[in-house]
Amino acid sequence: MNPQLLLGAEAIALAAIDAGISGVYAYPGTPSTEITEYIQQSSVAQQKGIHSTWATNEKTAYEAALGMSYAGKRSLVCMKHVGLNVAADAFINSAVTGVHGGLVIVVADDPSMHSSQNEQDSRVYGKFALLPVIEPSNQQETYDAVHYAFDLSEEVELPVLLRITTRLSHSRSVVTQKAPRAENPFNPSNDKRKWILLPVNARINYARLLEKQALLIKISEASFLNKQVEGKGRKAVIAFGIGYNYVMEIRETNQLDFPVLKISHYPLPDQTIKAFTEKYEDILIVEEGYPVYEELLNGYFGNRKFRGRLDGALPRTGELSPDLLAKAMGVAGNTERAIPSVVAGRPPMLCQGCSHRDVFDELNAVFETYSVKHVFSDIGCYTLAALPPFSGLNTCVDMGASITMAKGAADAGLHPSVAVIGDSTFTHSGITGLLDAVNDHSPVTIIISDNSTTAMTGGQQSAGTGKIHNICKGVGVEEAHIRTIIPLKKNAETNQAILKEEMEYKGVSVIIAQRECVQTASRKRKATTK
Amino acid sequence: MKTNIIIAGVGGQGILTIASIIDLAAMKQGLYMKQAEVHGMSQRGGAVESHLRISDKEIFSDLIPKGEADIILAIEPMEALRYLPFLSPEGVIVTATEPYINIPNYPEPETIINEIKKYRHVLVDAELLARQAGNLKTFNTVMLGSAARYLGIEMEALKLAITTYFSAKGEETVKVNLEAFQLGTEC
Repeated sequence: MNPQLLLGAEAIALAAIDAGISGVYAYPGTPSTEITEYIQQSSVAQQKGIHSTWATNEKTAYEAALGMSYAGKRSLVCMKHVGLNVAADAFINSAVTGVHGGLVIVVADDPSMHSSQNEQDSRVYGKFALLPVIEPSNQQETYDAVHYAFDLSEEVELPVLLRITTRLSHSRSVVTQKAPRAENPFNPSNDKRKWILLPVNARINYARLLEKQALLIKISEASFLNKQVEGKGRKAVIAFGIGYNYVMEIRETNQLDFPVLKISHYPLPDQTIKAFTEKYEDILIVEEGYPVYEELLNGYFGNRKFRGRLDGALPRTGELSPDLLAKAMGVAGNTERAIPSVVAGRPPMLCQGCSHRDVFDELNAVFETYSVKHVFSDIGCYTLAALPPFSGLNTCVDMGASITMAKGAADAGLHPSVAVIGDSTFTHSGITGLLDAVNDHSPVTIIISDNSTTAMTGGQQSAGTGKIHNICKGVGVEEAHIRTIIPLKKNAETNQAILKEEMEYKGVSVIIAQRECVQTASRKRKATTK
Repeated sequence: MKTNIIIAGVGGQGILTIASIIDLAAMKQGLYMKQAEVHGMSQRGGAVESHLRISDKEIFSDLIPKGEADIILAIEPMEALRYLPFLSPEGVIVTATEPYINIPNYPEPETIINEIKKYRHVLVDAELLARQAGNLKTFNTVMLGSAARYLGIEMEALKLAITTYFSAKGEETVKVNLEAFQLGTEC
């Protein structure tokens, strides 16, 4: 097979197709989106009829993947790190049921928060669920690791968590393909004790999961993903995942010869770790994320042997870099020029002509008639309206929180209590919150800025397109208070009047600000002129 | 050989086109390569960069260490300066001179150019050359041409990569891009 230049994300997608998946389930989220997009665009996947349409959120995605596994087929489920919070209920319990067909969950973490609200480390979730975790270091290893993870999943009958970070997901390198494997036959599980987590079954399953831990460690000891680079001296490094790349960069460039233990497969290979740590006096622990294993190896009372993110050898937060590693390893870094003071910051911003611009202009204008202004917002392009010139929102916490926080603040006496949420975020996690508000007759104004796409991640299909009005009606919002506006300059006066009316209304009102995303609209125009 | 290249611009300017063409050429020559990109939030009109590394030996880090970039290839002059901490002492800045002004506090373009002139540099009026080539859209290909001699990749391999990259868009597109590349190399 010809070598191809692939993003880490694309290497996962290609490997999953070659490993014989019958479906991928995902909700878009940086830096994981490209995995599913690659499968959607793959002609091989299309010919095979591999399922690849977007799910409404990460939890529905995970459960559908689990259902496909129940039916005997291999399935892949992908999300960003915070998406695993949404899917956590399904994820943790699927460790107790176990799987039938192979199930690999890819979680893309975002240390340094390039496009996220936190930098949680998904390896912690892997430990919490007592599942095997794979953390590859480069693109080829990622491709190979996906094949391995599916085989492992079927061998131990457990989901396998593949953890990547932004830098691996969004970096290209050459990948060579393996021979493709056929899909599994349709073969639904008949093992009710395994799948019905009544306490009587769950206790047995959980005990079995605990018993399996010894086997998981044994497998990790033999894993091709964990390896040692021989070296000399009393100082050594244990490098996890892509931390290995930075360590080796510094080691090779400076012609150093310290030993390195690379770990890309968890649970830790106990014997290997014990033997390695006993041999050396000073060990640098390099983790791209939380100091999860540094803490574990240090033990409660500390052990001066280990250095890393906890003792300041490496920074406690943010992604690693060759420069940080050079410093931690005592190598003089290069002389670094400063950025000239003339260079101005260039933050991201809403596109020219974007409908969210008009929504916030109009909302800001209406708020000029009030003495207090609190706008609860959400995750999406419109979060950029937090920045000048709009400075139009007060909160952005998690998917769907705009509606429920507006409700809680209204319960506490805030009026008007306004939420701004996008269409895709609304269907992801906003509908249940709206039902709470309806059932409580909460005085809230919910603006659904509906651009008919999941825009921030590149314009993926949005689950509620064309359905938003009916969803709100179905949830019980009075039809007189479901208003649709077209956010355009020429409608500003009418729109402001509608906003003001509904903000004054002491019940649940929804304003659907409907205008297509300028990016997807322009792409459609180009496609039709071709 | 080993070449570290920072490609810089503003989200939406298409810096990844340049990277893709260099990638194709490097692959054709059987070189190792890694190319880190920026996706997501910054793509919305913010500053974007790509770290592109080419070598005849295995490359470990996807990121270029500070002070080790041989070239900063910028399609916007202020963006060239943003990545100065990465430039090696002998490194060169190859940049388009036309400012992309989408922020209210964009500095005087002349101040920017004067600052760039303090370093080893190639200034390219890419807009003019792209028009000469016959299509303003070849702006990035002009810039690739201007940086070509510093890449450590053969000219013919780059031209072949341009042909491959644009072939789906028709013969005319290939032709103007090869012309744009040529004009760029003459800078």
